[in-house]
Amino acid sequence: MYEFRYHRPATVRQAANLLLKNEDAKVIAGGHTLLPVMKQRLASPPHLVDLSHIEGLDGIEMKGRSLVIGATATHNMVATSAIVGEAIPALAELAGLIGDPAVRHKGTIGGSLANNDPTADYPAACLALGATIVTNKRRLKPEEFFQGLFTTSLESDEIITRVMFPVPKKAAYIKFRNQASRYALVGVFVAKRPSDVRVAVTGAGSEGVFRVTSFEEALKKRFSHKALDGLTVPADGLNSDLHGSAEYRAHLIAVLARRAVEAATAKPDVSVA
Amino acid sequence: MAKISLIVNGNPVNANIDPRTLLVQFLRENLRLTGTHVGCDTSQCGACVVHLDGKAVKACTTLAVMADGHEVRTIEGLAADGAPLHPMQEAFREHHGLQCGFCTPGMIMTAVDLVHRKGHDLSDHTIREELEGNLCRCTGYQNIVLSIAAGAKAMAKSDLA
Repeated sequence: MYEFRYHRPATVRQAANLLLKNEDAKVIAGGHTLLPVMKQRLASPPHLVDLSHIEGLDGIEMKGRSLVIGATATHNMVATSAIVGEAIPALAELAGLIGDPAVRHKGTIGGSLANNDPTADYPAACLALGATIVTNKRRLKPEEFFQGLFTTSLESDEIITRVMFPVPKKAAYIKFRNQASRYALVGVFVAKRPSDVRVAVTGAGSEGVFRVTSFEEALKKRFSHKALDGLTVPADGLNSDLHGSAEYRAHLIAVLARRAVEAATAKPDVSVA
Repeated sequence: MAKISLIVNGNPVNANIDPRTLLVQFLRENLRLTGTHVGCDTSQCGACVVHLDGKAVKACTTLAVMADGHEVRTIEGLAADGAPLHPMQEAFREHHGLQCGFCTPGMIMTAVDLVHRKGHDLSDHTIREELEGNLCRCTGYQNIVLSIAAGAKAMAKSDLA
């Protein structure tokens, strides 16, 4: 990896100032995406701004009807948090499916979202649950935040501070893993929310995470896997590579969506006082 | 250069390092703790697993400078020199949980972390799921799983954590 200068701010404000002052500076938290990319010399930021020592950035708490997760909360913290397990068990399960135990001890929710890998798991949860991504500057809906492959609407001195998930009535995430990389070949997150149903798909779209509105409309009328009988997704715009054709991924989306609805309906309704 | 102070296997360590030094490089090259291995160098194989503040992490994907102020434990820190082996090490010896031995330090550090998180009574299924991030190219895993199940039980009766 190329040389860089290392900075360790104590607050988000200091971190943002460092990003503003140092062109091409990059934020690091768990480092589980950035460091491998730097080792391959695909990225060579002259400055690294380490968020991992900022206090209070990894909290997990309920605020009203929303589950609020701090940006530097690790996948392991989300997977094992009693608060997450009670409010949105599907989210805890999703976090427990990322990488391996050692990776989950370091990788963070904020890092995963900021990277917007088209096969990452958290983007599907954010889009299906209608999360709000809070930065040091503003609040963003997932539709505004995710901007295609490895692209977000984050500005160069903008830092994710927390993610707010409204608690759904029911939710489930089903992931079909690539047998080698263990990333999602396709992952489907289904959420039955108070006002609507959302179905978000990761791993399949050539522009990253997306919603399947035809499935959502059918499930809004009747939240049962049977409502998806006969419904399919066109293969247009889906990834096609040595791991699976676009048609195969389209088929998986329909299968996994059914399984996700079955899993969600098998769980008791979530009630948060 | 960056000044760092950390605890490694119970001993305070101070050093002045290039910020791009990986934790695994620092352990092996600066401290000569060569029990921690570099296998794939891409955070997949787990040969470099050490404990950072008691949690298993991949030292090839951690900057040494990010361990500043923290506590690191390596395979060398499981049992004192000349003293009996840690129960997990002993279980790997007893159950032939290794052939070439290259992956073994990472396997053992992962196994000890697993016991800390999930207790002493581990099913084969749990052990296999938890070994997701540790690759062995010799054994076929059968004896590694046996070793970890036995080591987990033995740790319940041991003073070594």
